[in-house]
Amino acid sequence: MTTKVENADVSRRDFLYIATGAVGAVGTALAIWPFIDQMNPDASVLALASTEFDLAPLEEGQGVTIKWRGKPVFIRHRTPKEIEEAKKTPLAELKDPIARNLNLPPDAEATDENRVKDANGKVNEKYLVQIGICTHLGCVPLGEQGDYDGWFCPCHGSHYDSAGRIRKGPAPRNLDIPPYKYTSDTVIVIG
Amino acid sequence: MSGHSTYEFKNPIARWVDERLPILSVVRGQLVDFPTPRNLNYWWTFGGILATMLVIQILTGIVLVMHFTPHTSMAFDSVEHIMRDVNWGWLLRWMHANGASFFFIAVYIHIFRGLYYGSYKAPREILWMIGVIIFIAMMATAFMGYVLPWGQMSYWGAVVITNLFSAIPVVGDQIVQWLWGGFSVANPTLQRFFSLHYLLPFVLAALVFLHVWALHVTGNNNPDGIEVKSEQDTLPFHPYYTMKDLFAILVFLMVYAAFVFYSPWYLGHSINFAPANPLSTPAHIVPEWYFLPFYAMLRAIPDKLGGVIVMFSSLIILFFLPWLDTSKVKSLKYRPLARQFFWLLVIVCLVLGIAGAQPAQGAWLLVARLATAWYFIHFLVILPLLGFIEKPKPIPASISEAVLGKAKA
Repeated sequence: MTTKVENADVSRRDFLYIATGAVGAVGTALAIWPFIDQMNPDASVLALASTEFDLAPLEEGQGVTIKWRGKPVFIRHRTPKEIEEAKKTPLAELKDPIARNLNLPPDAEATDENRVKDANGKVNEKYLVQIGICTHLGCVPLGEQGDYDGWFCPCHGSHYDSAGRIRKGPAPRNLDIPPYKYTSDTVIVIG
Repeated sequence: MSGHSTYEFKNPIARWVDERLPILSVVRGQLVDFPTPRNLNYWWTFGGILATMLVIQILTGIVLVMHFTPHTSMAFDSVEHIMRDVNWGWLLRWMHANGASFFFIAVYIHIFRGLYYGSYKAPREILWMIGVIIFIAMMATAFMGYVLPWGQMSYWGAVVITNLFSAIPVVGDQIVQWLWGGFSVANPTLQRFFSLHYLLPFVLAALVFLHVWALHVTGNNNPDGIEVKSEQDTLPFHPYYTMKDLFAILVFLMVYAAFVFYSPWYLGHSINFAPANPLSTPAHIVPEWYFLPFYAMLRAIPDKLGGVIVMFSSLIILFFLPWLDTSKVKSLKYRPLARQFFWLLVIVCLVLGIAGAQPAQGAWLLVARLATAWYFIHFLVILPLLGFIEKPKPIPASISEAVLGKAKA
């Protein structure tokens, strides 16, 4: 037995069919977002996004490692010899000619001055602040080592100079300089 | 060849149940009467061994979770607490840790068995591809599980592996932050790895179900690579293969037990007995042994993104294997030339494993590069060409002829 429906409103039915399907699909797609976004850094992680540090107790030739956003940050009070070496290195000798300083335009040259410049353009060449993560595969380099009086990464043998610039080994980039600024002559805020 | 069992249950309760939910006749048809080629050798027992290892991992894992704390400040201590204070904790923990290694030993043998006897060829392509997915899911599970004890190698392994995704152009850094739930590997990372490490084994179990389902549609391949033609070619799964599998499982478990009881740390790294320290990298980061060939490929390529692509390609390529191998003959028993290339591939994979454990420089780097190149040449050049070049040996007409000789069959 077959029932023939007279005057079946096909276009109306098609519309309902497509509309239901579309609402279902779009609704599902929107509902997925909270499940994905919950994995992004949460409010408590973001709240730790800046760290203050007092440079005054750092003696000349002394370096410390502090934590910023869970990453090691190297802060070094450089000796005049280290500053001198970094300054007289010609840019042509560098493997990575970019400053990698997040306080500067992305194409800034890797001069020693650009490596110690803060977000306000203040330069204090005595203090070098950089993220202590090798740009190769994420290891933490060791200080006062390597062939260039800087840092040496034990994992795969990258040498960084006294301005944290890559000189030898597999790492592709200079050590990153985090965003920071001087809030007084001896206090910096990172992040 | 599967089909419904025609078995009539004599017990009235069994019959009553089966008429409403035919679970008993499925068991009867798939696990008891299931027609299995009569010529399977011991290399075919690794499927059963793998199922056993999955069960062991899930059981030990569930009870370990009763004592483990997934927080960066307590994870390492809670594992030590399991080792020292929890009743039988040391045994459960070493069973779980070594279980992962033995799971991989079995899966590698199982995969190479499939490669040798052409088990990936028509009509078993889907069966093979589900197997590749299982292998990848296993690797993800093992990686995340290794992070949980929060030792130095756990931590730095997580750093290096998650950093692989930073090689993706443009969105790489954002993806890595999303994976971490922060700006470095930290507590949010540990907690999500714990969640997924608990989830994935059950996904694995579901995939194994599909794998076995596909197997029971096509039936087993066999050492001669000839499809079953008549009942003469088969034996019922029980008791012939239940007992054979059980024997192999017991021998395998004895070797496993020898490691668990006498050198439970032999396959691990002593550096993981030190708690994770985000400010100090160990001098030599090495993944667990079962990842070494892939780690070697990653480091063999001088470009960061290139290394990541090559490493993942080495797995993706396996999905295409059924179509890359152009030969109609399944078993390498009848393919003299392909057999030699098979053993060369085995050696190349072992060499990659050794190279992956060495510092990536000098001669070992060169060895890793050559071996990586050969791995891809094998699948992309050798296998497609062999089908045209090679003249296979004559193949027996049936499995029973292969087993009994021409006269008797």
